[in-house]
Amino acid sequence: MDILQLLISGLANGCVYGLIALGFVLIYKATEAVNFAQGDFMMLGAFVTIGLTNAGYMGIPFWLAVPISISIMALMGYLLDRFVIRLMFGQSQTAVVILTIALGFVIRFVAGMIWGHEPQSLENPLAGKELRLGELVLGMEDVAVIVVTILLTWGLYEFFNRTKMGLAMQGASQNQLAAYYMGVPVKRVQGFIWALAGAVACIAGILFAAKGAVDPSTGLMGIKAFAAAVIGGFGSLPGALAGGLIVGVIEPFASRYIAAGYSQVAPYALLLAVLIFRPHGLFSQVRVKKV
Amino acid sequence: MRIVFKTDYMQDIRPWKDTYQLMLYMILLAVVIAAPMLIDDFYLGELTNVLIWALAGMGLMVLTGHTGQASLGHAAFLAFGCYANIIMMEQGVPFMVAFPLAGLLTGLVGVIIAIPALRLHGIYLAIATLAMSILTDDIIVLTETWTGGVSGKYAPPVNVFGFDIDRWGTPKEFYYLVLGVVVIVTLGYINLMRAPLGRSFIAVRDSEVSAQAMGVDIARTKAMSFGLSCAVTGLAGALMGLFAGAFNNETFSVIISIELLMMIVIGGLGSIHGAFLGAIVIGFLPQFLSISKEWVGALFGGSSVAIPGLEFGVFGFILILFILFEPMGIYGRWLKIRTFIELFPFYRKDMFKRQKSYLKTERLR
Repeated sequence: MDILQLLISGLANGCVYGLIALGFVLIYKATEAVNFAQGDFMMLGAFVTIGLTNAGYMGIPFWLAVPISISIMALMGYLLDRFVIRLMFGQSQTAVVILTIALGFVIRFVAGMIWGHEPQSLENPLAGKELRLGELVLGMEDVAVIVVTILLTWGLYEFFNRTKMGLAMQGASQNQLAAYYMGVPVKRVQGFIWALAGAVACIAGILFAAKGAVDPSTGLMGIKAFAAAVIGGFGSLPGALAGGLIVGVIEPFASRYIAAGYSQVAPYALLLAVLIFRPHGLFSQVRVKKV
Repeated sequence: MRIVFKTDYMQDIRPWKDTYQLMLYMILLAVVIAAPMLIDDFYLGELTNVLIWALAGMGLMVLTGHTGQASLGHAAFLAFGCYANIIMMEQGVPFMVAFPLAGLLTGLVGVIIAIPALRLHGIYLAIATLAMSILTDDIIVLTETWTGGVSGKYAPPVNVFGFDIDRWGTPKEFYYLVLGVVVIVTLGYINLMRAPLGRSFIAVRDSEVSAQAMGVDIARTKAMSFGLSCAVTGLAGALMGLFAGAFNNETFSVIISIELLMMIVIGGLGSIHGAFLGAIVIGFLPQFLSISKEWVGALFGGSSVAIPGLEFGVFGFILILFILFEPMGIYGRWLKIRTFIELFPFYRKDMFKRQKSYLKTERLR
């Protein structure tokens, strides 16, 4: 029973990592850039929701606040692409990486200025409720996190493979010039994907803040989500979720069964091992590059 | 514009363009040598800090600026150089031996790490080095018997050519020690860039495929670049440890790695000047912020308040502005201004226009 309990809490944590990793993968799939500020986006989404719904701030009902904050974050993502990332169009990936790292610093600073540096948690209707299955006691938040994550991943996967927009996104990333020739509005597609990534980050933030507490440096958790995205392979949505779950499950088991000090090393050691032995992730999509 | 008419081969390969340029750098050298006589000990300490950061910046510049491999993990090599130097000194090795040896060892570690890293491209390399930088903290704690773990270590005074040098006791001598190392490394760097190895770094950065077609051994070049970069960073780390006086597992955090990368981007990627200009920005920004905060506080009548994270917020903002509007950094802006003056009135807006390319991926799905 103990192991099952650990597994469930690990899975719930892993789902949050998976959701952040999903944000990386979305942007990578459509623009071939990596948003190092995705973790900070998540933190910002959590704080926006806290600012809207917590009694100490605006006190809007939870179910009303959630769609509002998701649209705010989607708008943020869109504006970011429109006024910052689009100026970088045609420059190297590394430049975008450095830009988003700097952006993360700025977001962390702004969030600290507005909401302070104390950890805060989201007041939500599921708080404190439990689901009992025999001897197994599950927090309703954990269950909600797992259900929402699976639904979201499935939805995005279908979106990428079935809809015209999803295919246009893949085309826009694989060969921009050819995508233009085929009539794909590459810049508009990129704006849309950044908005989508903002929305996903916000959902991740809401789930994370409902489970625990956020403070401005929570965004650094994005580094663990990197492990998730790398393990899953940067181009694969189900891979990102799987990677997140692997990282999430490893953590509680490592801290339980491995000596303290070695346990927090586990996710990063796994990340390095995957990079060394399977440089493009377990769900690899890359074949040999042709000149 | 000064046009140098070259008449023989030696003139073509020498590091300076003409006597005028050589004179400028000689004047700069004279000024930095005379600096301890001109400024007080506090600012001399700041200047020493800037020089150490510039040394670390040159280390990363070899790898990122000239070979095109972005590393977010150079704080790990700073830490390695620092700990290697101190541990050897504690074992009774004199500083004059331990210091270069620390650089050499760090370079070797860099080459060993480069071997798996060679398979990684672009962002994957950045992420791998980022993970390595995070692991450094834990590794220092785990190897507590050597490194002192969380309680850290203290840097002893060092002996150079019979002089006892201590950061606090003899800041002038410490400044000259750092300056000497920086000058030697800079000269080595300038020479590297006109040697075949340096040229092959640039070839690999600009196009791996073309470099390979021209007969450059990519794996070897990248490994050499990693090694040289880490060696210089290790030296900088050893000096940083001596400068800080005390350090532990959190001194060389992942934030330092990121700061280092941002520093050379602000300074200007792909130029030795960039490392120094970026170091000046990063060294004097905290000073500048505290002075301007007092100024603003006096203006509005309030006392100066501590704003946590302000430094990084401002730093990130400056960096965003640079990447968007001046991707070549401070040095690139200076080149434009200089060309404008030299060519006046014939300067044209698009003279430094960078070629943009459409993106193509390696992925099939």
